[in-house]
Amino acid sequence: MRRSILLTLSLALFSPALAWTQAPAAAAPKGNAEHGKKIFDGSGCYQCHNYAANGGGAGPRLAPNPIAWAAFARYVRAPRDQMPPFSRKVLSDQELADIYAYLQTIPAPPAAGSIPILKP
Amino acid sequence: MKKPSQNAVNRRRFLKGAAVSAAAGAAALVAPAAGGTQVPSTPPPRGTAPTPSAAALSAETEPLSVETPADLTVENPGSDFMVDVFKSLGFEYIAANPGSSFRGLHESIVAYGKNQNPEFLTCCHEESSVAIADGYFRVSGKPMLVMAHGTVGLQHAAMNIYNAFVARVPVFIVLGNALDANSRRPGVEWNHSVQDASSMVRDFIKWDDTPISLTHFAESAVRAYKIAMTVPMAPVVLVADGDLQEEGVPDRSKLHIPRLTLTTPPAGDPAAVAEAARWLVAAESPVILAGRVARSERGMALMIELAETLHAPVLGGGRDMPNRHPLAGGGSIATADVVLALQQDDLWGALHTYRDQQERSYRTLTKSGARVVSISSGDLYTKSNYQDFQRFAEVDMAIAADAEATLPSLIEACRKLMTVDRRRVLEERGAQIAAANAGALERARTEATYAWDASPISTARMSMELYDAVRNKDWALVNGNPNRLWNVDQFYRTIGGGGAAAVGSGVAIAVGAALAHRKHGRLAIGIQPDGDLMYAPGALWTAAHHRIPLLLVMHNNRAYHQEVMHIQRMSNRRQRAVQTASEGVGVAITNPNIDYATLARSMGLYGEGPITNPKELGPALKRAVERVEKGEPALVDVVTQPR
Repeated sequence: MRRSILLTLSLALFSPALAWTQAPAAAAPKGNAEHGKKIFDGSGCYQCHNYAANGGGAGPRLAPNPIAWAAFARYVRAPRDQMPPFSRKVLSDQELADIYAYLQTIPAPPAAGSIPILKP
Repeated sequence: MKKPSQNAVNRRRFLKGAAVSAAAGAAALVAPAAGGTQVPSTPPPRGTAPTPSAAALSAETEPLSVETPADLTVENPGSDFMVDVFKSLGFEYIAANPGSSFRGLHESIVAYGKNQNPEFLTCCHEESSVAIADGYFRVSGKPMLVMAHGTVGLQHAAMNIYNAFVARVPVFIVLGNALDANSRRPGVEWNHSVQDASSMVRDFIKWDDTPISLTHFAESAVRAYKIAMTVPMAPVVLVADGDLQEEGVPDRSKLHIPRLTLTTPPAGDPAAVAEAARWLVAAESPVILAGRVARSERGMALMIELAETLHAPVLGGGRDMPNRHPLAGGGSIATADVVLALQQDDLWGALHTYRDQQERSYRTLTKSGARVVSISSGDLYTKSNYQDFQRFAEVDMAIAADAEATLPSLIEACRKLMTVDRRRVLEERGAQIAAANAGALERARTEATYAWDASPISTARMSMELYDAVRNKDWALVNGNPNRLWNVDQFYRTIGGGGAAAVGSGVAIAVGAALAHRKHGRLAIGIQPDGDLMYAPGALWTAAHHRIPLLLVMHNNRAYHQEVMHIQRMSNRRQRAVQTASEGVGVAITNPNIDYATLARSMGLYGEGPITNPKELGPALKRAVERVEKGEPALVDVVTQPR
């Protein structure tokens, strides 16, 4: 099982889902970004998506420009793939909105061309 | 086996007697009292020596002509011959934590063998000994000797023997054991003796033997080496009995060491290979799944040749393909009409997605009508108890053979079928794959920018800073995976993953691989997880002690993070408070945080960190590289994002 998970997670790294973002974001309920950051870091989101929501070997990048609110909320409640489900019992709608608000605050990264060690 | 006589004062009895004497205290070693039989009830006054007896006086003053009795010494101990056997097999190193059950062999390696070929590597844990041998093989292509107690040492070593077995890495393990109960020292030697030493690991080694004579030892050693190196390779165990090690050899000329001739790896059945070639050349969208195909640069060259002949993408190339080759990556199993699976450890897993939710499910990736061809030596060797053989994969053709050895005939068969028109079509396909891969490389460049300035430091930033520090040198990664942006252009740049996830073996595998790189002057570097290091950090000391140049960069996420995610998954399914996992009970490596740089320095390495500011990382790595290039091991602790 552990190997299967590792394999799946490894494959996820190279999958198109890595860029799990979409602009512009659909209308979302008002959320508290600061609180959202606390939940993101405390409720397990960071574990696969990293503290900066930049994604990694275990989960796709979520920001900047997160996917539309409706798709985001639907996936968190009823994930289709490997992500553990976050039901309302453990993550309220308001908390989810706060997380989404936090993701919307994450700025764009520097251009690859501006980082010398990333140049080809 | 020679048995000690009832009356002989043999080695074992001498030792027993010595132990009793020692227990009696130093008083037994002073001159006897007057008359040799009486001990004064009161000591003589201070400053007054006791008067020796006539017998004692005579014993103390007679000429030193007494020879050491022959039964207290030995000429030509059996372990010297064992060293001759090891030398005949070309071992360069022997990794061991010292143990009394192989003290004879240890002494012979140093005194008789001059500590050269094999040279003793002092290890702090048998788990490290085996992992060092594992890493060494991955670079040198040669097995390393490991010595351990047949009981407690093997118990320590077992996990990494299993990992080496799963990775199909040969390790030659020699176990010390005192088989003859009449020869064992009382107490601990009984605790450290066993009827059948290898039984504990027999499920995950390829062969073992317990020789009862030196001739038997020599034959079994050569046989063990041959079996270990026959594809599919795996660890082997040979027991070196204590009496065999320590008793003398009356006539060395009667002992013979057989000549070693390694087996050639099995190539695929020509008819099956020809049929597979027909499928591949006719395929519109074939995909090559590469597992552990290449054993050397030649294997990588053959993989390139096959891919370029078919203009087909190679997925999961690892050590098999240069990662910037235009055909490295791309394609899709879902759209493939022929899948060529080469030396796949988990073919079922490659052909399916598996969903780890409360109700588990899977989905087949291949489309209807797709053909799957497997070429693997895994079909030649399967054991029962441990389940490393993975789920059963349905295939359309299974060629039981070594993939690398089969590649030349497969390439040739494909070329024979290639018409000018067909080649033109395939070249167009290859160009499309190359363009897609170039685009993927650019996307990876952009992906690396996200969280570039974050703290904890992103793994992409850590990886690229490391690469920047060594990119113009002859580097070799000995732990962790390279970023997609690294130019992995040679077989030796990476060593492949550990077997069975190999948690706890990474640092020692890195040390062993770095040792093998040392003679080539390569700059060995590794990305070292924190959890893995703490299983047996003594491997760092081994690197310092033996001057093995190696740069380790800590991927320090301060957790057993894979398990963090597993616990989170359980909490979510059960709809419990999600903070359960985030509190890190049982999975966090915090409170206190471990200072890995200080840990490294305490064992003689150059150490820097913990580094949390990404801007400080590049300069720290450059300083560390300077030290490694002078022949030192170094460690830079980087506090990172989880993944």
